[in-house]
Amino acid sequence: MNPQLLQLICFYAFGFVTAAAALSVITLKNSVHAVLALVLTFFSAACLWLLLEAEFLALALIVVYVGAVMVLFLFVVMMLDIDQEKLREGFVKFLPVGLIVAAVMLVEMLGLIGVRAMQAKVMGADPALAAGMSNNTEWLGHALYTKFLLPFEIAALILTVGIVAAVALTLRERRDARYESASQQVKVNPRDRVRIVKMAAVRPDEPTAPQEPQP
Amino acid sequence: MISLAHYIVLGAVLFCIAVAGMFINRKNVIVLLMSIELMLLAVNMNFVAFSRFLGDVAGQVFVFFILTVAAAEAAIGLAILVLLFRTRSTINIADIDSMKG
Repeated sequence: MNPQLLQLICFYAFGFVTAAAALSVITLKNSVHAVLALVLTFFSAACLWLLLEAEFLALALIVVYVGAVMVLFLFVVMMLDIDQEKLREGFVKFLPVGLIVAAVMLVEMLGLIGVRAMQAKVMGADPALAAGMSNNTEWLGHALYTKFLLPFEIAALILTVGIVAAVALTLRERRDARYESASQQVKVNPRDRVRIVKMAAVRPDEPTAPQEPQP
Repeated sequence: MISLAHYIVLGAVLFCIAVAGMFINRKNVIVLLMSIELMLLAVNMNFVAFSRFLGDVAGQVFVFFILTVAAAEAAIGLAILVLLFRTRSTINIADIDSMKG
């Protein structure tokens, strides 16, 4: 089979799965199912990126999104006890508005892209090979560590801020639990705990009646 | 033959689906967050396609940074969501109106 025809068939298959999964993300009743549909969306989008020979980003999308962010979503959705019916209120009411806005936007965007553009730009040779690199990852890595080094470091800083903010937001002191404070334990001074009192030795008073000998 | 327009149209479709999701699920914060993720995916799709067809690495580098920022955004957003649920025991947007905005 013609490889370009095969590519086109793959594109339509993955694109259809991506769009269908995205539609089910916004329409499914159960939030857990919606998150799982979003996982499918990201996975098929990664397949589409593989078709574009953007291998590094496709795998990063799977590792970062499917592996980390979506699992985080799943944790939160399953942890919260949500009344699904209450949240579905207004679904039917806003459905026409949403559909109209989305359709108008889609028509506008398709008008911008234009029908003639469908034949205009055709995929050429792999730009990574054209730039003298052996693969896409090397191409991206060269750019990241030379031209975009400062933004790369700032991205690391943003991730650190994200960690600190997430921990600071969700950390809470529980009033009903007992904690050990390690720093207070280290700081403790024996003089605060025991007080040694110096006093003169005194003979106890003579008992008024002789006590009976203990058996 | 796959052309650039194929990918741009797919990105437009994804973006419009996300916008429709924002309209019809306006009570559920979790679905709103997921719609934002879908929008970012649509934008990333365009960036990768343009980078590939124009032979410019900057598009893919930008997608890398968008992924980074989106991961941080999702983590902080979900942390705020957990905090909200803990204090108000609801994630319904209609109930969160104490600021009367």
